[in-house]
Order: sequence, then C-alpha cells, then structure tokens
Amino acid sequence: MDILFAAFDVLARWDVVLALCVGSIGGVGIGAIPGVGPAVAIAILLPATFSMDPIVGLTVLLGIYGSSMFGGAIPAILINTPGTAVNALTTYDGYPMTLRGEGRRALSLAYSASFFGGVFSVVCLILLSPLLAKVAPMFGSREIFLAALLGIILVIVAHKGQMLVATALTGFGIFLATVGLEPVKYTRRFTFDQTWLASGVNLIVVVLGLFALSQALVLLTMDDEKVRISKSRGSLFQGFRELGRHPRVASISAAYGVVMGMIPGVGEFTAQFMSYTTARKLSKTPEAFGQGSSEGLIASEAANNAVPAAAMIPLLALGIPGEALTAMMLSVFYVHNVVPGPGLFLNQMDFVVALYLALLILNVLVVIFLLISTGWLVHLTKIPNRFLGMCILLLSFVGVYSIRNSAVDCAIAAVFGLIGFVLKRLNMPIVPIILGMVLGGIMEVKLRASMNRVKVPLDFIDRPIAFILFCIIVIILGTTLWRVWREWAPVDRQSPARRASHRFSQRIAGRKTRHFEVRTKQQRRKRKYDHLGS
Amino acid sequence: MVGALVFSVVLLSQITSQTVWIENSKSFAAQPRFWPGVALALMVMGFGLQLWWLRRRRPNAQDWVEARRWLEPLEYVLWFMGYVFAVPVIGFLPMSVIFACGLTWRLGYRGGIYQGIAASFAIATVILFKGLLGVKIPGALIYDALPGALRTFFILYL
Repeated sequence: MDILFAAFDVLARWDVVLALCVGSIGGVGIGAIPGVGPAVAIAILLPATFSMDPIVGLTVLLGIYGSSMFGGAIPAILINTPGTAVNALTTYDGYPMTLRGEGRRALSLAYSASFFGGVFSVVCLILLSPLLAKVAPMFGSREIFLAALLGIILVIVAHKGQMLVATALTGFGIFLATVGLEPVKYTRRFTFDQTWLASGVNLIVVVLGLFALSQALVLLTMDDEKVRISKSRGSLFQGFRELGRHPRVASISAAYGVVMGMIPGVGEFTAQFMSYTTARKLSKTPEAFGQGSSEGLIASEAANNAVPAAAMIPLLALGIPGEALTAMMLSVFYVHNVVPGPGLFLNQMDFVVALYLALLILNVLVVIFLLISTGWLVHLTKIPNRFLGMCILLLSFVGVYSIRNSAVDCAIAAVFGLIGFVLKRLNMPIVPIILGMVLGGIMEVKLRASMNRVKVPLDFIDRPIAFILFCIIVIILGTTLWRVWREWAPVDRQSPARRASHRFSQRIAGRKTRHFEVRTKQQRRKRKYDHLGS
Repeated sequence: MVGALVFSVVLLSQITSQTVWIENSKSFAAQPRFWPGVALALMVMGFGLQLWWLRRRRPNAQDWVEARRWLEPLEYVLWFMGYVFAVPVIGFLPMSVIFACGLTWRLGYRGGIYQGIAASFAIATVILFKGLLGVKIPGALIYDALPGALRTFFILYL
C-alpha cells in the first residue's frame, strides 16, 4: 500500500498529468491517421523526451504507444484502412459492419474491447509485480545474456517465411552496435579511420531513419486517394453493453495479448491471430467472422490493446525490449541513468507502479476522449498521403538534428531512410535491425561480464534460471530446425494445396500487411501502408 | 540481395584490419573482434542462403519499374539534406516555412489553403519543439543581423 501511495505521489505532478493527456490524445490522433503509426511518432518525439524527467518522457511515449491502437480502429472500421498495422484484423469485421450502416456500433465495440484489453493487461501486470520483484533479482549477467539471446532468436523465428532475411538483418543490427570505439580496450571497430564513426552509430538516428524518414519517403512517393466515409447509426455507448455479453471472448483475447506481449519478439500480430482463431472456434456463429462479427472485432481489439502493458514486463524487469517500440523507450531510461532490470524492481518499485498506474489512467482518458471526439477524428483520415509525408519529413529533421546538431547524423538517417524504404518495398522486416542493435549491445556487455566467472563451459548454465533459459533456447532452435526440415520441399514438387499454403504463410509472414493489402485492394481500392508498425 | 551479400562479404573481409585481436585477453568474448565477427557471419550466412534459395529468373519489365521506384525517394532525400544544411544559415523558423511551403508546392498542392496549412504546420512545429519543449537547434547566422533583444529571442526560441 505504501508503494501505491508513493506511486500516486510520483504521478501527482502537473507535468505528468499533462504528459498523460498529451500522450493519450496525441496517440489517438496519430493512430487515426493511416500512414503514421506509433513507431514514427515515438521515433520523432524520442529526442524531445530526453530533456524531460524519465516519468514524464516515458508517460508521453507510453501514452502514444497505448492509445494509438484505439485511434487506429477508426479508419480500420470506417474506411477499411488500418490506422496502425496492428488494426489490420479489425478491418475484417469492422468494415462489413460499416457497410451495413453500423459503423458507430463497430467503433463502440472496438473502444470497449480495447479498453477491456488495456485494463486487463495492467491488472495482470500489477498482480504479477510481486512475483517479478522476487524473480528479477535472480537474473545475473549470464541470465540476462541468455534472455537477450532468446529475444533475438524469437524475433528471427517470429518472421516465419522470412527467417533468413530476419537473421541477416539482425546481424546487421548487431554489427551497427559494434561500430566505433569499443568500451573495454578502447580499440576502434569498423571506423575506417573516420572520426565521425568513432562514437558509433547512434540508435536514435537509425530508428528515425528506418521508421520516420522511410515512412515519409513511402508516403511522398504514393498517390493520394479520395476517402469517402459512409453514414452510420447507433450509439457510441452500446458497445460497452454488448461487450458484457461476450466476457469469454474478451478475457481469452486479452489473456493472449498479455502472454504474447510478455514474450520478446512475438507481440500484437501473433496475439491477434491466435485470439481471432480461438474466438472463431468458440463462437456459435463462426460463419459470421469476416462478415461483421462482433466477437471477431472484440477478439482482435482486446488482444492488440493488451500487448503494450505486457511488453513493458521484459523491459522493466530485465532491461530487455521485446519489440521496436520498447527498444526506443529503453533509450529514454539510459539517457536518464535509470537502468531497467532487476535493480529497478528492488530500488524504484514506486516508479514501476507509477508507470502501471499511468497506463491504467491512460486507458480511461482515451475512452473518454474518443467518446467525445470520434466525430471530428474521422476527418483526420482525409489528410492527403503526400502532404502527410511532407509533415513527417519536417518532423524527422527536428528529431535527428536535435540530438547533436549534426548534419552527418541527418545524412546517416537519410541513408537508413532509403534502406527502410527499400525494405518496405520488398516487404522485408525492419524490426530485427533495431532489436539486433539494442540486444546486441546488451549481449556483448553481459557475455563479457559473465565470462569472468566461468571456468568451464558448463559453469555458464549452472544456475537454475540460466539452465531453464538455455533449455528453452535449445527447444526453440530444435523445433524450428525440425519444422523447417520437415516442411521444406522444393516449391515445384509441392502439391497445389501445399503451394497455396506456402504462398499464404509467406504473405502472413513478417508483418503480414501484404495479405491485408491484397484483401483491401479487393474490397475497396489500391492503397498501400506496408509495415506501418514494423 | 546480391548487393547486401557483397556488402556483408566486403565488411567481413575487412575484419582483420578494422578490429584488433588482443593476445592476453581474458576470454574469447572480451575480444574486440568477437561480436563484429558474429554479426558479419550472420549477415553473410543469412543473405547468402536467402540468395541461394531464391528462384532464378531473368529480370522482367516489372523489375525495372520497381528499380525506378527505388530511385524516386532520392529527390526527397535531397530536399531533406538541403533543409539540413540551410537551417544553420537561414534559421529554423524561416527555413521550416520555406521547406514546408516549397515541398507542398512541389507535391502539387498549390492552392492557398494548402500553402497556408503548410506554413502554419511549420510555425507550429518550431514553436512546439524549440519554443516550448526546448529541443537543441542552434540559432542561424542571419539572426546575428537582428538588434539586441530580438536577436536573443530569435536564437533562443525560433
């Protein structure tokens, strides 16, 4: 209880309250604009948050992360274009409801399911805290190294159908983290005698290039389209009543979100697909899924909104980000010398609980804001793509230039922007580069520290958690290699059904958007938002 | 994919000249060469195997269309870099307005409303980030020509 009061004390400041409001409202707005997404917004805002208190900066970023998916449901339901990539499944049932004139009912269902998912995951997080506080101190250098290695492996394995490319891009990320002056012996690595490379490649510059600049370039080279919004009837409150009729679907979906959010490298997509599939299996009317089923809508929205709070668990407890957005947030911790990990739970539990409470309050604020403002938020979807691209390009400059006032940083960001653009055109993932950079740095430090106490190789896994992590890694590697070996056959020799399945899995692989893109094209018109959150 | 593989192989070939091997190092993990080696091995292996498994075919017309699409963003990268180099001379506020309105014009939004929105967006960005959030963007050379108090105001907030 003392910790709870201390946490309220941390939050009871005007700047934190302002950060909560700005983060939640800004996040909803960003989510409602197709083509921006939380990754772009967080990347741009990251340098600006460095001058703020850690709790203020993190509240803004968490606000954007947590609320963008609420906003992303608006264009997904009304114009069949997901506002953020994770709202892609929402289009399946949301848009058919709009076509039936039930847009407001669909929006209401999406808001209530998102709210339920968000609150459910924060409650789980609060209940898990005592356990985390006990387990986290058991993580020493070798356990954190193994957990980071597990994260890297899961990121690669999660990109089914693109594992080789994901491996190579993860390697590229690890390589980028090694460039510059190495911190122990002070030798230079891959600087090619260039002074500007001595300090290494800045993570924020790479993040801004790969997420913000590349998205600006994608939008600038796109065509504008006219957006027509259908009229809809119904009350924005009816979804809350309707959600009460599907408690099982909502709970199972939110639980999927929590579990998948906690596992590094898995995230919203897997949570959504698993919850949607389960909801369909459990439903009395499975044929309605994809045709405007309220259960389908609840399943996808509850699952994706349960992820942000759960994704904070590996970040806060171990200092290991599970996906790109938490990797960006990690830099806010580092800038303020707040080291996330076991020590945070031991020494600054009030800070951790304050973050949980901020997430809880955020969900309430977002729902209130949405109930008031949905009418005019809809108009944000009408901003022309290329004009939006110009805006992101201008904001990207602020993000990159404000780090060190360096034109070289801007040039590096531009190069990564072009790399990101090409990767998006090829439908290849971006996230492994960022996670490789962050987790590669962690692995290097932790492996070096742990090897000082290791005399024979088996010493490395002589502690229970290290042994468990090692076993998990071996099992995942073993099952993945076994699956690849069993499923592999030259495409020419596969049966037509197998070929179709192969094509489908390739579409779904990575960030899955191309599959939805094809569906979107079939349903409506040509509109591309590849890798919005990737 | 070929380019990525060549890039990885070239980097790997430079590992002996670009990293150091320490004779009396405590462990293998403490070698400065260890992690770049791991990273480059992953890159070469990943890109190499991906290239090996790609279906061989001659480039068709669509490939060239795609290649041209890859060149399209270069123009906007030049706009961006021009903006970067002009800000320390002309100033954050004036250059942002010029950049926003100029690029909006180039993109084909030539009406007064769009130009007005672009200028307002640029001004709002400068006020929000430099004026309110205090991000570090230095004053411009031309601000030196302004009289005393106005000069300080411009350097600090615009």
